Amino acid sequence: MALNKEQIAQRIAKELRDGYYVNLGIGIPTLVANYIPEGINVTLQSENGLLGMGPFPFEGDENPDLINAGKQTVTTIPGSVFFDSAMSFGMIRAGKVDLTVLGAMEVSEQGDIANWKIPGKMVKGMGGAMDLVAAAKNIIVAMMHTNPKGESKLLAKCTLPLTGVRCVKKIVSDLAVIEVKADGFRLLERAPGVTVDEIKLKTAGKLIVAGEIPEMVF
Amino acid sequence: MNKVVKGAEAAINDINDGAVIMFGGFGLCGIPENCIAAIVKKNIKNLTCISNNAGVDDFGIGLMLYQRQLKKMIASYVGENAEFERQLLSGELEVELIPQGTLATRCMAAGYGMPAVYVLAGVGTEVAEGKEVRNFNGKNYLLEAAFDSDFAIVKAWKGDTNGNLIYKDTARNFNPLMAMAGKITIAEVEELVQPGELDPNMIHTPGIYVHRIFQGTNYEKRIENVTMRKRN
Repeated sequence: MALNKEQIAQRIAKELRDGYYVNLGIGIPTLVANYIPEGINVTLQSENGLLGMGPFPFEGDENPDLINAGKQTVTTIPGSVFFDSAMSFGMIRAGKVDLTVLGAMEVSEQGDIANWKIPGKMVKGMGGAMDLVAAAKNIIVAMMHTNPKGESKLLAKCTLPLTGVRCVKKIVSDLAVIEVKADGFRLLERAPGVTVDEIKLKTAGKLIVAGEIPEMVF
Repeated sequence: MNKVVKGAEAAINDINDGAVIMFGGFGLCGIPENCIAAIVKKNIKNLTCISNNAGVDDFGIGLMLYQRQLKKMIASYVGENAEFERQLLSGELEVELIPQGTLATRCMAAGYGMPAVYVLAGVGTEVAEGKEVRNFNGKNYLLEAAFDSDFAIVKAWKGDTNGNLIYKDTARNFNPLMAMAGKITIAEVEELVQPGELDPNMIHTPGIYVHRIFQGTNYEKRIENVTMRKRN
């Protein structure tokens, strides 16, 4: 069975390490915050100027001056700090953020990522994604393995305008956990019940399968 | 020098057609609502706006878009605005989309008196087209110019009559950077106090950067995306 969005987030949460500063993008990445493992202490960075992002507020406690980068109402926690956008991207650029999790429309086998523009169709802008992928030490992409048309999003080369080059380290999709290596997409884990053949079929770029591929454990 | 003006209309009095204006705020958080309303009312045209976002269809910079007051928009993310997307795709509006950190840093550079900065973001993408690339320590960087704007309009939580400003929570965002970057900086604040009433240790923007200040009224502070959790 392919994973649902919550399960993708749950699997990515296993990549968190104690003491990490983490930036979570909009969509599936935001859900990762719900699955931070017991005993692991991570600090969430929101690029609009907040370090130590707390959960969503209870009804009636929402504060219009306190939002995350997805423009959702959030809260602070003890030890939170606010800063301006230049400092926020300063800490990102200087490599202080340990892990960035974001979504993608396409990833290439070299680790290039496209997630901000479909020429002539979707013009939303890159927001902070280009800054994050250019600088973060470790980037995990959370996405569906194929697009709504059933076409692979893991390609030999991206067809859409790039967000960043050679930056994605790992992909967690609804079908697999994949590491981006110099020689292609290395399959690390399968979603429970998903076969290597199905992953091969749905991966357009070069997929490296070495030995037995274990099922994901949650 | 008296920096205090009566209200938004007086503050924007000398902004004319064709001006280049920075607007503080992230989404609808920390936007100068009063000055935007005054610019909409005055219907100043052919504006170039530098702002992280373009508001939503019926609020923020979206109000100026709706009235076709903008010639050019420089932003990082405009996803919440259907009218923006329409004007862009039809070619009515000139748009420069740039990475958010680059946007912030180009404001910062202007405020710090630096003509340009080198940044990593956008290397190898269409953002790099036509830009000087320079290699430092084995990595390529893009040369990005400081912004040159006629006016910067910011929103702060508290300010004093000397123009010293304090922002609240994530409503800080681009405001302090833009405040430093404008040739003329206009600040609207929720609470205007006398010098001495703000703790000098807590001030985010020193008044030297601020030319005009007033206490705004009727802040709507619209929330784009109210998200809550259930009480157990």
